[in-house]
Amino acid sequence: MDIHEYQAKELFRQAGLPVPPGEVATTPEEAEAIASRLGGTVVVKAQVHTGGRGKAGGVKLAASAAEARDHAGRILGMQINGLTVKKVLVTPAEDIASEAYVGVLIDRRTQSPIFMVSPEGGVDIEEVARTNPDAIRKVRIDPRYGLLPHQAYAMATFLYEEPALVKQAQKVIGQLYRAFTTNSCSLAEVNPLIVTPAGEIKAIDAKVSVDESALFRMPEVEAFRDLDAEPASETKARESSLSFVKLDGDVGCCVNGAGLAMATMDLVKYYGGEPANFLDIGGSSNPDKVVAALEIITSDPSVKAILFNIFGGITRCDDVANGIVTAMKRIDIQVPIVIRLTGTNEEEALAILKDAGFEAYTSMDAVVEKAVQLAAQA
Amino acid sequence: MSIFIDKHSRVVVQGITGRDGSFHANQMVEYGTDVVAGVTPGKGGQFFTASTGRAIPIFNTVEDARAATEADVSVIYVPPAFAAGAIMEAADAGIGFIVAITEGIPVLDMTRAAAFVRDRGARLLGPNCPGLITPGQAKVGIIPGQITTPGPVGVISRSGTLTYEAVNQLTQAGIGQTTCVGIGGDPIIGTNFIDCLEAFSKDPETRAIAMIGEIGGTDEQEAAEWIRDHLEIPVVGFIAGQTAPPGRQMGHAGAIISGSAGTAAEKMKVFADCGIAVARRPADIRVLISEALGL
Repeated sequence: MDIHEYQAKELFRQAGLPVPPGEVATTPEEAEAIASRLGGTVVVKAQVHTGGRGKAGGVKLAASAAEARDHAGRILGMQINGLTVKKVLVTPAEDIASEAYVGVLIDRRTQSPIFMVSPEGGVDIEEVARTNPDAIRKVRIDPRYGLLPHQAYAMATFLYEEPALVKQAQKVIGQLYRAFTTNSCSLAEVNPLIVTPAGEIKAIDAKVSVDESALFRMPEVEAFRDLDAEPASETKARESSLSFVKLDGDVGCCVNGAGLAMATMDLVKYYGGEPANFLDIGGSSNPDKVVAALEIITSDPSVKAILFNIFGGITRCDDVANGIVTAMKRIDIQVPIVIRLTGTNEEEALAILKDAGFEAYTSMDAVVEKAVQLAAQA
Repeated sequence: MSIFIDKHSRVVVQGITGRDGSFHANQMVEYGTDVVAGVTPGKGGQFFTASTGRAIPIFNTVEDARAATEADVSVIYVPPAFAAGAIMEAADAGIGFIVAITEGIPVLDMTRAAAFVRDRGARLLGPNCPGLITPGQAKVGIIPGQITTPGPVGVISRSGTLTYEAVNQLTQAGIGQTTCVGIGGDPIIGTNFIDCLEAFSKDPETRAIAMIGEIGGTDEQEAAEWIRDHLEIPVVGFIAGQTAPPGRQMGHAGAIISGSAGTAAEKMKVFADCGIAVARRPADIRVLISEALGL
């Protein structure tokens, strides 16, 4: 789960990182009030779950509270990469002598947290990795022992020469690792980590992704979830324990299993259609889940046809067929539905579905081709 | 022949009294797997009676279960909050092959558990996987036995039902399998494609391999290079998620395109470059395997 910069900064403050003050505004007037409380020049920053905020005009300097209000007025409601800005962070503008990058993430290959640090901060780190890989130092952390003192020292000396800065950086690196582990992050990054002309290190931006699987034991972090940042259909799916991602096409997909759900979307494309969603309904034949899935899919007005693709392994196909028939009696669907069931007891399942008046198939290719055709005709 | 499990495997089920654990313990016994013990803390001394009438002793700890039954394979159905602990308990008890079915284990917990298992010289399969089956001999996990049949194809996959789809098509075409392994959809897993490929390469009965990957990470790319450099037998590859948008997790915690890395297009290109026959859709897996076997 991605969280906003202002939320990430809150977690960083709790871990002791040197983060400048700042408050969130949802109206231009609030932004003005915060700016006058902070005094001096401030930065007004769009809070959206996407990169490239600066390039899109979502980050502006304001020399006065009135200017902060004007900027907030323009930034609030702005679209950045398809996301609407509903909040801005107002924070003091800092004078910058130098910018560095410090991040820690879970590395799949080494199965450990890995630090990446670079004296070239304030730019896209993937770009630095491509153009100047020597400017990045990576340090693998053994998760059982945590960050070791010599590792923090090695990274700090890679970033800075001056002893006073090395000492501050060592501390910041330790604090960042603490924020990373106590909040079960998959990524925690400061870009840029700045040095002020007075020689102080500060974290003036913050990016954090939290491991969804760990949220059950961190209700205070779960509370950071921004329901405005995702489509309502995805919120409803999560509440119904369905795995769902909204896409732009017109063929609604309802599949059991994540891999088969992806393969079904791909097959829709293969036959010239566009999938409207990813949806994994899981292994149950519970009609409540089928109803929830259909409500979510049909809430998208661009859906022109719905396709079920169910592999009945442990869950028997006839149970799934009965679940679908029961669900259909409870919900009114205006678009055509085609169903494919295969696996254990598939003949019984097909009979149940055909008796109930559905088009049913056992071949994945046939059902996908049909669904694409129906969507195109609509 | 087979990899990782066969008819001699002695299986302990961790979480045997839970909803999933009891259901699948029964399925495994019905399939013919030698389930010798169950573990549920606080229920030691009781018995789990399978539908076949077999009474399986329950122990409080894996250590007790191993001491009493010489179990050498463990399968874990405990809830996510306790699953990393259960994995480490199994490794500490000297179990050599640990299969973790549980989905949703916190990733940081898994970083520690994976290191712990490695240090003890054990092998972990999963987590968030359907387990594995050696048709006609044993199954450990949740793969439906009736869709498999013994034969010459090794199957390795990150997915559950997509694997069933491919395996079912092979079986219906009369093409059997040596072992079908689900390695799991999480970012941190104990056994990767290369581990399975290496094991299959030492199994003389495996004459072709179907490898089913998905978006996210670089495991498939590394496996493809390993195949190019080390493997004699033909491999058919499929990647799910060609239409997945970047930055979104597609069900599996590990199925996410980060930045520009881990796309299906990139993986399919590396497959082709390394001499793997690339299936464009699931139905092509069966077709290409038939060709590879000269059928």
